[in-house]
Amino acid sequence: MTESQGREIAISAMDLTKRYGSGNTEVLAMRNVSMTIHSAEVVALLGPSGSGKSTFLTAVGLINPPTSGSISIRGQKVLDGESALVNLRSFRRRHIGFIFQKSNLIPFLTAIENVQVAMQLNGQAARVSRQRALELMDYLGIADRASNLPAMLSGGQQQRVAVARALANHPSVILADEPTAALDGHRGRQVMELFAKVAREQGAAVIVVTHDHRALDVFDTIYEMEDGVITKPTHSRSAVSGSSD
Amino acid sequence: MNLALKDIQHNLGRFSLTAIGIGMLLMIVMGMGGIYRGIVEDATLLVDRVDADLWVVQRETRGPFAELSRVPPSLVHRVAAVPGVQSSREFVYHTIQRERDGQPLRMAILGLDWPIDRGEWLPLSAGRPIAQGHYEMVADQSLGLRLGDQIVLGKDSYTVVGITESMISASGDGIAAFSIDDAQAVQFDTPGEAIRLERAAREARGESFELTVRQPDVLENVWKPTAELPAVARPQISAVLVKLSPASSLADIKDIIAGWGDVSVFTQEGQRELLLRGTVDRARRQIGLFRVLLTVIAAIIMALILYTLTLDKIHSIALLKLIGASNAVILGMILQQALILGCVGYAIAYLAGHQVFPVFPRRVILATGDLIQLGIVVIAISIASSFLGIWKALKVSPNEALT
Repeated sequence: MTESQGREIAISAMDLTKRYGSGNTEVLAMRNVSMTIHSAEVVALLGPSGSGKSTFLTAVGLINPPTSGSISIRGQKVLDGESALVNLRSFRRRHIGFIFQKSNLIPFLTAIENVQVAMQLNGQAARVSRQRALELMDYLGIADRASNLPAMLSGGQQQRVAVARALANHPSVILADEPTAALDGHRGRQVMELFAKVAREQGAAVIVVTHDHRALDVFDTIYEMEDGVITKPTHSRSAVSGSSD
Repeated sequence: MNLALKDIQHNLGRFSLTAIGIGMLLMIVMGMGGIYRGIVEDATLLVDRVDADLWVVQRETRGPFAELSRVPPSLVHRVAAVPGVQSSREFVYHTIQRERDGQPLRMAILGLDWPIDRGEWLPLSAGRPIAQGHYEMVADQSLGLRLGDQIVLGKDSYTVVGITESMISASGDGIAAFSIDDAQAVQFDTPGEAIRLERAAREARGESFELTVRQPDVLENVWKPTAELPAVARPQISAVLVKLSPASSLADIKDIIAGWGDVSVFTQEGQRELLLRGTVDRARRQIGLFRVLLTVIAAIIMALILYTLTLDKIHSIALLKLIGASNAVILGMILQQALILGCVGYAIAYLAGHQVFPVFPRRVILATGDLIQLGIVVIAISIASSFLGIWKALKVSPNEALT
């Protein structure tokens, strides 16, 4: 965690608990989870299915508020338990970028329009958003597919478009849920390295939920979750690198 | 970027087929409104064209267009004698059905008081008004007759000397104008056998009459044509049309004539009202009901299609919400699609209608007011039909984008 010292805190999640159902059917998906992530930090969240990783990700993504606990982003408290302290949808639009296991592109928009739509929803003019979308797609190596519909792109290309969309509004936080599950090892690693690159170059905090242990050296910090709690202490990238060495 | 248009572009085939279907439905709604306007126009056309200030008809009847009206021809002279009356003329009107070339031929026969009225006021598209008291007719083009055609009605043959446009009776039959004598000859045509039987009956009645016992020569009269018998009145006419002097009072003259015990009198506006309330009112209500039903059906179909289109992109809607799209963006997308569907359907209805309506058997008149009214209704049903899709879209959770 030495790298994080002196950097701005991007996400602060305190004592997050998520409870589904009640009585005999009550399920505790997340218990007293706390996590602090700094700007430009790339975090991996590992754990078996049903361990609460996605619940944590959707809570931090302001999609599925926790039953208790609080979340602050860029120093602003946005959720106190289930109570929203800001307009969550508007806050998401301005501060959070999402990447999913499936690329989740809008099928009736071309690749560039899928990137543009995030910016236009944020009030960007069409010309400016087009320029930025082209730059991002060029940066991700898919500028030549800008006018293709998602159905005409390969899985890797679709995932890159999704990454471009997630980066479009210069988010403070990028949340990725199994982003490499549909990609081969080589492509998967490329995407993970891309996250690290984006985090460093754009200062965004990146949380990646993954099962893919082949690219863990890319991450600054690794958390593991099991039964709704973080069971292992965090590991820095140097520690992982060190152990592998 | 317009998401509604992008989605339509992506689903162009389905959207086009739906728009065509909606367009066809709206065309029927439009057409029914036009048919109603046509019925009103046809019903009042003759009253408007004839342009009489007063219609004098049989007592307690509503005039020749509503029911059978019979008044004596001498009434013309009685009416003409009323101070303030500029002119009065006979009017005969009845409907017949004959066969021509194996096809039924229905026509409304209009008697013109020749030579006072030669039918110069008829809207001729070809030929001329009638120029002689017998055996000429002016026919509406809807009857399918051409200039110079000859048609046998009763015992006589009539030549078509003029063709009119849009001279249709309230019941939708084309109008043919004859001289009054010819119109009555057609109306009261009696078969030869009936005439022989009538003459035999006259003879039988005459033989029991005291006068014929004393003057047997009188009996010879029974073999003469009816019109030549002094004791038999001329055939009755349908109405007397009155034109007033410019300075005279319509109400005063109407009151004078209405005071006679054997006739009723209507102003031109009164005759129009009778036609609209009597002949047309039921058709108006029936057509109105059909229009409402078809509009509701169009709205239901639009709602279902928009709902299906919304269901198809529910994942995209969830995703849009996830990346921060406001409800207004989602609502706007569905509402725009509904309005585009409605407007395209309306345009198809309008364009297709202009091609199809002219071949309808009855006149279809697309009045600007009706078109504007239907346009407003289409916008209203477009908005209403989008509610189901909007409701579904607003219920979608951003979480659904993650599944």
